[in-house]
Amino acid sequence: MTDSKYFTTTKKGEIFELKAELNSDKKEKKKEAVKKVIASMTVGKDVSALFPDVVNCMQTDNLELKKLVYLYLMNYAKSQPDMAIMAVNTFVKDCEDPNPLIRALAVRTMGCIRVDKITEYLCEPLRKCLKDEDPYVRKTAAVCVAKLHDINAQLVEDQGFLDTLKDLISDSNPMVVANAVAALSEIAESHPNSNLLDLNPQTINKLLTALNECTEWGQIFILDCLANYTPRDDRESQSICERVTPRLSHANSAVVLSAVKVLMKFMEMLPKDLDYYGTLLKKLAPPLVTLLSAEPELQYVALRNINLIVQRRPEILKHEMKVFFVKYNDPIYVKLEKLDIMIRLASQANIAQVLAELKEYATEVDVDFVRKAVRAIGRCAIKVEQSAERCVSTLLDLIQTKVNYVVQEAIVVIKDIFRKYPNKYESVIATLCENLDSLDEPEARAAMIWIVGEYAERIDNADELLESFLEGFHDESTQVQLQLLTAIVKLFLKKPTETQELVQQVLSLATQDSDNPDLRDRGYIYWRLLSTDPVAAKEVVLAEKPLISEETDLIEPTLLEELICHIGTLASVYHKPPSAFVEGSRGVQHKRLPGSAGSGESVESPDAGSAAGVSDAPPAVIPSQGDLLGDLLNLDLTPPSATGPPPAATSGMQMGAMDLLGGGLDSLMGDESEPLGGDLGGSPAMGAGFGAPPAAMPASFNAPVSSGGLDDLFDLGGGVGMPMGAYSPPKAIWLPAMKAKGLEILGTFARRAGVIQMEMTLTNKAMSVMTDFAIQFNKNSFGLTPAGPLQVLTPLSPNQSIEVALPLNTVGPVMKMDPLNNLQVAVKNNIDVFYFSCQYPISMLFVEDGKMERQVFLATWKDIPNDNETQFQIKDCHLSSDAASNKLQGSSIFTIAKRTVDGQDMLYQSIKLTNGIWVLAELRVQAGNPNYTVSLKCRAPEVSQCVFQSYEAVLKN
Amino acid sequence: MSASAIFVLDLKGKVLICRNYKGDVDMSEIDHFLPLLMQHEEEGLLCPVLSHGNVHFMWIKHSNLYLVATTNKNSNASLVYSFLYKMVEVFTEYFKELEEESIQDNFVVVYELLDELMDFGFPQTTDSKILQEYITQEGAKLEVAKSKVPTTVTNAVSWRSEGIKYKKNEVFIDVIESINVLVNANGSVMSSDIVGSIKLKTMLSGMPELRLGLNDRVLFALTGRDKGKTVVMEDVKFHQCVRLSRFESDRTISFIPPDGESELMSYRINTHVKPLIWIESVIEKFSHSRVEIMVKAKGQFKKQSVANNVEVRVPVPSDADSPKFKTSTGSAKYVPEKDLVVWTIKSFPGGKEFLMRAHFGLPSVENAENEGKPPITVKFEIPYFTVSGIQVRYMKIIEKSGYQALPWVRYITQSGDYQLRTNV
Repeated sequence: MTDSKYFTTTKKGEIFELKAELNSDKKEKKKEAVKKVIASMTVGKDVSALFPDVVNCMQTDNLELKKLVYLYLMNYAKSQPDMAIMAVNTFVKDCEDPNPLIRALAVRTMGCIRVDKITEYLCEPLRKCLKDEDPYVRKTAAVCVAKLHDINAQLVEDQGFLDTLKDLISDSNPMVVANAVAALSEIAESHPNSNLLDLNPQTINKLLTALNECTEWGQIFILDCLANYTPRDDRESQSICERVTPRLSHANSAVVLSAVKVLMKFMEMLPKDLDYYGTLLKKLAPPLVTLLSAEPELQYVALRNINLIVQRRPEILKHEMKVFFVKYNDPIYVKLEKLDIMIRLASQANIAQVLAELKEYATEVDVDFVRKAVRAIGRCAIKVEQSAERCVSTLLDLIQTKVNYVVQEAIVVIKDIFRKYPNKYESVIATLCENLDSLDEPEARAAMIWIVGEYAERIDNADELLESFLEGFHDESTQVQLQLLTAIVKLFLKKPTETQELVQQVLSLATQDSDNPDLRDRGYIYWRLLSTDPVAAKEVVLAEKPLISEETDLIEPTLLEELICHIGTLASVYHKPPSAFVEGSRGVQHKRLPGSAGSGESVESPDAGSAAGVSDAPPAVIPSQGDLLGDLLNLDLTPPSATGPPPAATSGMQMGAMDLLGGGLDSLMGDESEPLGGDLGGSPAMGAGFGAPPAAMPASFNAPVSSGGLDDLFDLGGGVGMPMGAYSPPKAIWLPAMKAKGLEILGTFARRAGVIQMEMTLTNKAMSVMTDFAIQFNKNSFGLTPAGPLQVLTPLSPNQSIEVALPLNTVGPVMKMDPLNNLQVAVKNNIDVFYFSCQYPISMLFVEDGKMERQVFLATWKDIPNDNETQFQIKDCHLSSDAASNKLQGSSIFTIAKRTVDGQDMLYQSIKLTNGIWVLAELRVQAGNPNYTVSLKCRAPEVSQCVFQSYEAVLKN
Repeated sequence: MSASAIFVLDLKGKVLICRNYKGDVDMSEIDHFLPLLMQHEEEGLLCPVLSHGNVHFMWIKHSNLYLVATTNKNSNASLVYSFLYKMVEVFTEYFKELEEESIQDNFVVVYELLDELMDFGFPQTTDSKILQEYITQEGAKLEVAKSKVPTTVTNAVSWRSEGIKYKKNEVFIDVIESINVLVNANGSVMSSDIVGSIKLKTMLSGMPELRLGLNDRVLFALTGRDKGKTVVMEDVKFHQCVRLSRFESDRTISFIPPDGESELMSYRINTHVKPLIWIESVIEKFSHSRVEIMVKAKGQFKKQSVANNVEVRVPVPSDADSPKFKTSTGSAKYVPEKDLVVWTIKSFPGGKEFLMRAHFGLPSVENAENEGKPPITVKFEIPYFTVSGIQVRYMKIIEKSGYQALPWVRYITQSGDYQLRTNV
């Protein structure tokens, strides 16, 4: 007997017939009728008209029939809320049934009926069921609390169900504990700030105990919940890890992945020199590898996660390259992911094997896979220098296959190889040129054009080659047009005599015949550059390019940290934070790894976040190879990545950064760029002046140009005043270009005529123009804050530097930093927001009226307890006491009195800080002894160390 | 946390049965599933997760069905796929075959199971043996049995019911090792490993406590014994029933077994395995005229052992015709629907070497499509033998009634993913 017969009746009047059957006296007939109704519901027919008749069948002792009626109710209650009330009585009665199966069924179903009127009636039965003697009922009731909360959160809180649910975490039955944890986690997710899952060592212990006893699913709920806990210290962290590691041997892949999540997170807190840390690393590899024997979908999830794990802790799987070799019968999504991981794991030790594999893959059928394999060969060349030559020859072999997409892909990566190893493999250019005609994809065409332009002096017929592209200029994609423009300008600068006509042709195509503003703007810029100052043009266009970085496609470190906290979930599969794809999760706090979450610590400071650090020095993130060329070409930058706000360092700083983004600087830039397009509309006239010395330029051109900033571009030295006597340390690198997508900041602090200034040199080491600069400080010890906006009025072109002096005042919010003079800074430009921290010499804060009256000095000196006195040695200082005194005075350290005892000069000095703190000093200088002793007394002794550093800096410079 | 709703669809994307667990995703969203899937398939970007707006579909395919979970949250994806596969397992145990027909024929039970397997997106009881105790197909007859919850459902021992009785208490242990090998076209072994599995068929009364002893090197090192051959298991995975923390602390495999058949554990051994059946092949393709294939198979295992049901599967171009074979043993067959020659050798003694030659014609008009280079694959079974040398040293069975029970052990080695790449 099968149920399929229930699907067969389709004749007219069916509903009517069913109605009659439902009201039949015979139990069997009733049941058959309900089955028919459910069958109709299953195939999508509307049988809601039968609601009262079906509900009438609810009161039955036949469990199967009851289940069917309940099922019907779940489906149609929402569309018939008034009639659904009819069912309430039976529900309430069923919740008291002697049979626990029925009690559970009733409470489970009631929670699924999302009708407000019903929920009120649910409370009392639910309360009883939460305390039911049968664990099966309790575990069902626990889930029901989450259901009810979803319908009416307030009701659940008012009724105190949350507390009951929390109590269930201590239930004797592991399945009840697991479901309670799941329900609480679910509720907590929608109420991120509710502190519902108040995890403390006691509850954690209960969870870990239940972990050993509950079902595989319960283990996952508990592990996922544990992953949200932050242990108090490394010992607790280790003890949790020890109790979680056995889960790595569970047959269910999902249990394994959730355990990996907990371990990856808590590991952050373990000191790296701990034996256990090494043991744990070793324990992680085998289960990760075994996941690759799971079903393909689970393999896929595992591979996406391994991709993250490999970036975070490359050491775990570095010896496991072979397991990622692609099998012929792997599904395409598995193949592509394996390939990605192979590249990440490629190293000098295994490169030969990897290359042999990649070459094998490049001859497969699947186009996407083959393309990716070819690209992978290029990435290996860039990553492992020793293999570059072999990679290039492999790529040449592949080009010989003449398979169109292979050739194009190979050319794209060879361009990158040229970028990494300039002037090393040009011998292959001839082979590349042979394939020029077969290139039909924009990226490949652009790459080829770039190569021709870059090596124009070595390609005899470079002009012919480029000219051939020029014929169909307007049919090319923007990418190719921009590249062609640049390449021809390069060619012209290298071989000016033969190519003047060509360059004029391309400039006019770009500026006059194109609707694309990017193309036009670039055309104008080249045109003006060439006509104003060919030498400068050469410096700009043929400038040495920075080498491209070894690692590509790396996930931004803060995002990576967040994703590690989401191992196993969709976020880890998409490699996107949940806020990017889950509605209503905007306000939810981004998850962070412990250790790096310490408040107030700067991300950039080497000792703060880096306990968690990505193998100590996080590699710079550069756009994927595909985008590189894009960036190289695009003057107009793409907006910051679209995946929500950049995961910022400390929350305070993140807020600051958000303010910056909304700031008024954009409008400033908008004004700036207009004259470029507008005033130059008449550029054909430039053709006349072209090639002539700059003097021949029509005067009218100079005006908009200078305000438009081209002159400023070359004005490197401007803006910095002369030193006024106060000590200012030499500029140091605050933000290396690698960490800031090409923006390098050197800086120092100075106090000039009573004004504190932050003086910076901003250098653009990226391939694209930077604009929209703005700056913001985190709260700091002395309330330093910018007195005005960061004045970078002109866009910063690649390889350009600009000097900026930012006046500061000390009226900002105060927060004690460690070290005291630490300053966390956020700098924004059109590409991203970057954070760094620097330390200012405290002498910047010494005010000019810091000379104390002698009497006051004496009184104060006595008044400050001796505990507050600190003594320092200044070594190797050869100044006389007077010279020292003068020098210090220049930095507002004032000598009030001088005493000479036994050939030793004692200088008594006072300093006043911007916040009114006084520092008193006694400086002892003995003739012939290069070591000075300075004793500092201050009511706030924390500043002494910084003040001493300033003494040393001032005296020695 | 996991799924908002679960759907079972036929190949045309029609919903056969579904269950809405959370109500936060519109049930009609499923209509987007198949079009999305087809679009991705066309673009060659098939992926186990598809998304449409805020809705994410996690899906697997089983025979002529799609099993799809929807969600709009950051769900635990690994949990969802595990659950979907578990569903397949449960349905298969209930209906023997899980396919379109069995869903329709049993829709009442399917609804009941869906209700029991998952609640509000949280997987619940998924052990089919236990489920069968209170959700039965013959609903009407078994009213009595169904009237109470088996305590097993919520017990710490959720996989075995109390009160099981056998006249003769026995347990059968199968140790099965699968060899995975990937050999390059030039004959070098790229990767190889052993995936072992220990399966039980338990026919024991009551609630027996079992302890399994293997010649596990780590265990021997722990206990200080050092005699005899031991094996190093790279990674071990256990059935729910095994006490993992006990294993972690002293490598003891102790458990209360599920009744009947189950996989107790699996392990992976990463040693370099000599391919047990070595294949050398010469495939010469003369475009527009013919393909000539010569395959030599050699048994690289002990002379006393015999490999059974050996199948060497050699790929041929899809447009090949008029096959001719010559074999030194066994028989060769052309399987055009799979573009394969299958050479079958019923019994292949160790140390022996056999040869097969095949000849195919090729049409004069060449197939323009690039067919890739499928590898040669091999299937075999070698009984009474494990490559790794793993041994069951003992199986202790203790039950409070004190009966004596006999363990029976069988060993078998078989091919797993056994691929040899070719030049053509």
